[in-house]
This record gives sequence, structure tokens and C-alpha cells, in this order.
Amino acid sequence: MGESKAITLPLTDEVIEGLRIGDHVEFSGVIHTARDAAHKRIVAMANAGEALPLDLRGQVIYYVGPTPARPGQPIGSAGPTTAMRLDPYTPRMLELGVKGMIGKGGRGRAVREAIKESHAVYCIAVGGTGALLNRHITSTEVVAFEDLGTEAIRRLEVERFPAIVVNDAFGGDLLEAGRRQYRTSSRPVPIGGGGA
Amino acid sequence: MREIEAAAITETVARLAVESTHFLPEDVEGAIRDARETERSPLGVQIIDEILENAEIARERMLPLCQDTGTSVVHVELGQDVHVSGGYLIDAINAGIEQGYGEGYLRKSIVENPFGARTNTGTNAPGVIHTEIVPGEELHIGFMPKGGGCENMSRYQNFLPGDGREAVVDFVCETVDLSGGNPCPPLIIGVGVGGTAEKAMTIAKHSLFRKVGERNPDPEVAGLEGELLEAVNALGVGPQAVGGSTTALDVFVETYPTHIAALPVAVNIQCHSARTKHAVL
Repeated sequence: MGESKAITLPLTDEVIEGLRIGDHVEFSGVIHTARDAAHKRIVAMANAGEALPLDLRGQVIYYVGPTPARPGQPIGSAGPTTAMRLDPYTPRMLELGVKGMIGKGGRGRAVREAIKESHAVYCIAVGGTGALLNRHITSTEVVAFEDLGTEAIRRLEVERFPAIVVNDAFGGDLLEAGRRQYRTSSRPVPIGGGGA
Repeated sequence: MREIEAAAITETVARLAVESTHFLPEDVEGAIRDARETERSPLGVQIIDEILENAEIARERMLPLCQDTGTSVVHVELGQDVHVSGGYLIDAINAGIEQGYGEGYLRKSIVENPFGARTNTGTNAPGVIHTEIVPGEELHIGFMPKGGGCENMSRYQNFLPGDGREAVVDFVCETVDLSGGNPCPPLIIGVGVGGTAEKAMTIAKHSLFRKVGERNPDPEVAGLEGELLEAVNALGVGPQAVGGSTTALDVFVETYPTHIAALPVAVNIQCHSARTKHAVL
């Protein structure tokens, strides 16, 4: 294992200021889960002027739909899902105060720009490592949209939860930069590392 | 004529669902271990280490390798001298999916009415079941819990007959480039060339049941597999698309005779959690 930056949540502007693409970080504290159905509902509620079920200011949202917990366990396997599917909702989520997101894969141009404008950060956790990430989640509680099952919003307490900074607050994009660095093919690199 | 009880099929499918989602196949884990030695990006190596540690934790603590326990893709080869008794084959398979996903604490990811209410079926059934009638009196069941992230990156295109081999290489590279980190690289890439639209995608998917390193018996096709693997790894996508030299662990190509007017090409991508399990009854 290489070096990691330990980060205690919530994410402050000062912490975000110090993060750069390619940084390996470990989050400790509280994060909230939300994926497709929860995003759709939050944005619809916000646009209708309704009160949200949680205050999103300063929050880190984890894109995950875990497996059911075995008896006595806080959660099942809990790795990230594809972030790009949440792109249509993300600029609005950032307006509502979200400061960090954890998913897998790249983000589209509009989201990359919104991350920079909002001085936020997007990280990936390693997709397909839900069993390993389970070990970094110490407690879980459904806080909204229980009817959505695996897609409900959960409050997670995490300890040294591993992630990698992909889009920092300065417009950096690790997927595009990394691909340029390691490409030996003569084929042109797609814009945004394929996340466009 | 040999009798196989539907209940035995249900039990087998339930077991395959649980085992496939918890135990990474040895050939896949071995290929990931090998990639660790050749990966040029330090961050890529760190990701590979997390993937290997994940496989160990999943095995030891009976936690699914990935929270996406997939669409249950079941490939059945039914010997023509077999008689299934005590129930209908497809019902028996779906009952096995329901049993395995319940007992195994697996995620139920299947919704009805895809463009409408999208209500979860609550069982992960129905599976996507392919049946083939083959000679003999055995029943082969291949089980693949196929993740949504990688399946979403599938692509199909009709090329001109004269476009040839180069079109296949360009299309596969373009597909991998565009999919980036979404399908969870390092990947295993299934490519179907020929047949019709549905045949090309079906053989692309079926190729993903092969073991890593298993080449197509046709030397010309095997040569294309080697060329594709090299071309894809030159893209620099790397583990989880952070940049690196390991974008794919293997590329499998299957072909089928096609129409004089056609060159169908289908790409079906598998993530590094390349989960498959077989049983023979």
C-alpha cells in the first residue's frame, strides 16, 4: 500500500483546498448513501420547494446500493456504483451544499465544471471491492426513503474508508491525465477520459 | 433417457448463485496477481492490491465480492436424452435464483416494467436464461452474476463486409476507451463477430464463461485475441481507469458464419470481479 491522507469528516473547505487528483485518501466520520432513485427524489423535492429529509450542506454522498446485512452485521457488501448515472442530478446536489462524492468511473463535462465551481471533490472507491469496504463501515442507519430498499438513504459511520481523488476543486481530472500518462497507443485520447 | 429432478436443478442453481458471488475463480485471481507484477502505475498497483485483499475478505467472511450481485445469466446445455421431471426447467432455475439470493444475502437488483414503475421483483428472478439442446444425457449449468456497470457498456455495430479485421480492432478499442472506469477495469472483454445482431451479442456473452488464457481453437481468431489484448492495454486506461498498463486481463473472440451483406460485431464487457461457476448434473 502507498501513502494515504487521513481525512476526518465533515469535509472543510480547507481540506478540499489541499486535495489533488491521484491522492489516496482515507475518510473517517459520517457519510450518506444515495443512488439513482434517491437522487431523482431529492432533486424533485428541492425543485418543488419541499423540505429535504436531510441537510446536504457539507455532506459526502456515497453512491452505493449494498447487499443485505447478515444478522448482527451493520451492512453487507458495499462498493461504489457508476457515478456517471448520477450526472444529471449532480449540479443541483452541489447547489444544495454537497461537498464530496464517492463513486466509480468518470464524470461528464457539466459535472466536472460544477465540481470546480462549487469547490467540491469527487473520489472513487475501488469498484468491485464491496467486501473490503464493508470492513470500513462501522454503523448504518436508514434516514430517508426506506421504501427504496437498497436505494434508501443511509447514514454510514466510516473508519479509514479508502478512496482516490479523481476530480479536484481545481478542474483536474485523474482519468484523463492518467490515460495520457500511460498511453502507448497512437489512438487519440477521448475527451474527459471517456466520461464526457 | 435419463431423468433429472427439477428440485435438483433448483438446489444446484441456488448453490451456484452463492458460490459464484463469494469466491473469485482461481484463473481470474491468478491473472490479477500476475498483473500486479507488470502494472506500471503505482496507484494501479495499489488498486490491484485492494482487489486481491477484497477476494480474500469475501472468501473468509462470506461477504459478496461486489454489492452488485448482478443479473443472473444462466447458460444451460441440456442433453437431448435428458428428461426433466417434477417441474418445468425454467421455473426450476428461477426458483434456484430466488432461493440462492435469499439464503445468500445477495442483492436483488431486478425490476419489472423497465420503462415504467421499475418495481423490484424482490427475488432477483427472472434470470436471463439461454438454453441449448446438445447431444448426450447431461445437464450443464453455467451461472454468471453479471454486474450492471459493465453490462451497460455493451456495444453492437454492423460494419461493411469489406471493413474486416481492422474494424473489429477499432470498435473494441473505441468501446473500451469510451467506457473508462464504468465497467470496473481490469476487464475481461467478450467479442462476438458474425451471425446476426442477437447471435453476435450472445456469443460475446458466452465467451465470458471461458477461463483466462483459454484461446479460441481457430489460430486466426486466437491471433486476433492477442492483437486485441495488446491494443486495449496500450490505451493506458488502467485499473479503475486511473491510468496504467493493465486495462484488460484477457480478450475472448467468438465467431459465427454470417450473411454476405453483413459484418456484425458485438462487445460484451466483464468487470475484474469476473464471477462464473459451473455445475454438471
